[in-house]
Amino acid sequence: MHTTYNDLVFEISRKGRQGYSLPESSIEKTDLKDVIPAHLMRETPAELPELSELQVMRHYTALSNKNFGIETGFYPLGSCTMKYNPKVNEDIARYSGFSNIHPLQPEMTAQGALELMYRLEENLKEVTGMDAISLQPAAGAQGEWSGLLIFKAYHEANGEGNQRKKILVPDSAHGTNPASAVVAGFDVVEIKSNKEGRVGVEALKEAIGPDTAGLMLTNPNTLGLFEVDIVEIARIVHDAGGLLYYDGANANAILGKSTPGEMGFDVVHLNLHKSFSTPHGGGGPGSGPIGVVDYLTDFMPSPRIEKDADTYKLTYDHPKSIGRVKGYYGNFGVNVRAYAYIRSMGAAGLQQVSEDAVLHANYLKARLEPYYDTPFKSICKHEFVLSGNRQKKLGVRTLDIAKRLLDYGFYAPTVYFPLIVEECLMIEPTETEAKETLDAFADAMIEIAKEAEENPEHVTGAPYTKSVRRLDEVTAARKPIVTYQRDTKAE
Amino acid sequence: MDKQHRYLPTTKEDRKEMLETIGVSSIKDLFSDIPESTRATKEKTVELEEALSEQALTRYMKGLADVNITTDTHAYFIGAGTYDHYIPSVVNHVLLRSEFMTAYTPYQPEASQGELQALFEFQTMMCELTGMDVANSSLYDGFTSLGEACNLATSATKRNEVVYSGAIHPQAKEVVGTYAYGMEYDVKEAGLDGTYTDMDALKELVSEQTAAVIIQYPNFYGTIEDLKAVKELCDATKTLLIVMANPLALALIESPGKLGADIVVGDTQPLGLPMNFGGPHCGYFAVKKKFMRKVPSRIVGQTTDEDGKRGFVMTLQTREQHIRREKATSNMSSNQALTALASSVFLSTVGKVGLQEMAQQNISHAHYVKNQLKAKGMEILSDDAFFNEFVVKCNEPIEEVSKKLLEQSIVSGYDVSDYLGTENALLLCVTEKRTKEEMDTLVDVLTGEGK
Ligand SMILES: Cc1ncc(COP(=O)(O)O)c(C=O)c1O
Repeated sequence: MHTTYNDLVFEISRKGRQGYSLPESSIEKTDLKDVIPAHLMRETPAELPELSELQVMRHYTALSNKNFGIETGFYPLGSCTMKYNPKVNEDIARYSGFSNIHPLQPEMTAQGALELMYRLEENLKEVTGMDAISLQPAAGAQGEWSGLLIFKAYHEANGEGNQRKKILVPDSAHGTNPASAVVAGFDVVEIKSNKEGRVGVEALKEAIGPDTAGLMLTNPNTLGLFEVDIVEIARIVHDAGGLLYYDGANANAILGKSTPGEMGFDVVHLNLHKSFSTPHGGGGPGSGPIGVVDYLTDFMPSPRIEKDADTYKLTYDHPKSIGRVKGYYGNFGVNVRAYAYIRSMGAAGLQQVSEDAVLHANYLKARLEPYYDTPFKSICKHEFVLSGNRQKKLGVRTLDIAKRLLDYGFYAPTVYFPLIVEECLMIEPTETEAKETLDAFADAMIEIAKEAEENPEHVTGAPYTKSVRRLDEVTAARKPIVTYQRDTKAE
Repeated sequence: MDKQHRYLPTTKEDRKEMLETIGVSSIKDLFSDIPESTRATKEKTVELEEALSEQALTRYMKGLADVNITTDTHAYFIGAGTYDHYIPSVVNHVLLRSEFMTAYTPYQPEASQGELQALFEFQTMMCELTGMDVANSSLYDGFTSLGEACNLATSATKRNEVVYSGAIHPQAKEVVGTYAYGMEYDVKEAGLDGTYTDMDALKELVSEQTAAVIIQYPNFYGTIEDLKAVKELCDATKTLLIVMANPLALALIESPGKLGADIVVGDTQPLGLPMNFGGPHCGYFAVKKKFMRKVPSRIVGQTTDEDGKRGFVMTLQTREQHIRREKATSNMSSNQALTALASSVFLSTVGKVGLQEMAQQNISHAHYVKNQLKAKGMEILSDDAFFNEFVVKCNEPIEEVSKKLLEQSIVSGYDVSDYLGTENALLLCVTEKRTKEEMDTLVDVLTGEGK
């Protein structure tokens, strides 16, 4: 039978095919019956596919051809910093000395790995202005959760654990912020943004009190705007006995320009898979190291890493620590890539990164302003938001604009987030895109705005050029099919 | 910066043109919103080492890498949650396809069908192996998956306590402890009976307050626990059974689903992922259908497009933080999609028969070493049903043993003396990769017959 591009791997499978070659074993086969109790022996084998090696490659190549990555084209997904992922970092992360080492092998046999972690921590201290770093959290959300557990431990240590149960979160914050607060055992109090799209000092003063554990802030925020009152905000939070958390998802805008430490933050996470160029992998793995100021270091996740003369070691004796948040030492392989990136850029390079990222965002915003509603007029940082309200009146929604962009050869921006902007499009061009690409994207957006006026159905019917047309998400959620149904092979 | 950096395309001329379009005169103007007092200055700058050229970078990083002992030069007999297994070459080749590697979460399904289908296939494979109905498309690692499982169990049962076996991985205990600290539920530990969970202790601890019992399968010491007996114990108090399972072992031992597990979690690292000094690995998370809407993180579902053609989307998203914010089932956003893809490619390549063969080789190799040690008079502390790991009592402190083995280019097992409360207890792992020669050398050194 002919294999089409739409087959599932299970449908290609044929009994007796083999794509592997296991090492020859000269050891006599152990009879399972002798070593496993009968009722714990597997009765029916797992139905895994059987393919030849070429079939495997052809299947996954076909799938990859139906997927859009940064190297396919421009990927302006706001808040995600889809910058170029340097190839050499992939080579480096695959060095046997980094990939083929066991996390529990004797420390003296893994000194190079420990040194890398130590040096990366030192570099991240500089970039954030913090006093200590932990590389353990696996992504931004885990960094948030770890940081908030540190808030909790700090307040408990001060005898205020039962009193300080509330975390303040602006309404523009990413969904992980309130969700992380909840899994750290806090209640969430939402703060409404002011007309300028920022946290207003007045609203903050109203919400804050002796029950406040802290405030989570993204700066620049998810509208791409710098929180200009940050110094005052930090003072208010600290005066009230709270702590200040920096969601570093948007750190790409401030590298070498300022640091969360200077701004008055107590705990920070960075998304190394955003600002520090490690690949997003179709959803992960990422890495979300946290940094803290000196009076919080005792609460950091354990183990920590220390340098003793010329030896690097892991230390486990931290009685006040919040404990372990993840296995071993975090996503080490991701951290290797981020370290390689920092060493490739240097301080001047990182500063140039932020300058170009901010320049590109403001440039795109200027080009699109005549055609789309721009809810916030001030200069932006590395990203900005548009509203599709003007187009909505013509019957074209932001979702339609996003789908139409796919036909023009681009990925879509982040849409319908932040929630406080109607028909929101959040655009982050990054510093690694050439001006010609930015112009081509602006041209496409302008063309779509015209299509919305002249031929709205054409936009609402998009996309036309992808492997599938628009998908029925409602039925998918109502009648979920989440595994391959053997008896329902699609034609 | 004076020199044009290879990752930055924007030239001086470009900058000038863009600034003109924006209508400002300098880059500085674009940063005027950062309060003066917080700005970097000459005295207060970020200090990092000078930027390296590509060649200088690879030379430097190679230098760091070469300091470490690796599986290229040494035979590894250490497991304890991370394993040195065969990885077919095709796995890495698929991962290097940038359409997978450089994409993000498939927010626009029409342009991300490849990733979505691959994850749908991953979910199916995880359900096949575990015997469960629904699996998500990955979490950070096995231990955090277990933490998420405890959060699910306490919230679904509205009970405020979990009980874990003393025979789960020590780091799993720590991570569960941290999750419990967050969500404020109690954690209790049932001790050991040899290298098994002490069933009497477990029975004692489990009550109507207990949301879930946690068993590792095979457990931290390699021993295959009797899930059936645990399940019966749980049923008496309507307590959920959470099983943390090694997915490779599931090729030959009965699936936890069949034995009554409510939630099965673990790490797919044995399935095609390099050890990577502990990460990135890949957590999997599978449940019985009734918990489908409480699962953390992304789930991919099948649907059709406007023309009736099969396609895939992220589904049941009302569980997730980007829709539900503080009411979400978890705070997960980024997951481990690429390592999930690696395990899918691995399972597609090794396949139904290959996985069983591989698991069988692990069992045969580990039992060969165990039998040799035993024949030479060594005491085996877990001499019962086990997969590819067991505990042997050595004749001298593990540190000494380790040194002697290193001299023979062997990385020894994991010292579990403190956990078992027995001196000189060594947890050994023997995978399909170990040769007879390596195994015999190990046995010689451990029995004191080495050169
Ligand atoms: C502003 C913001 N905060 C937090 C996160 C969470 O980070 P992660 O996906 O790495 O968990 C994201 C991205 O997803 C984000 O954009």
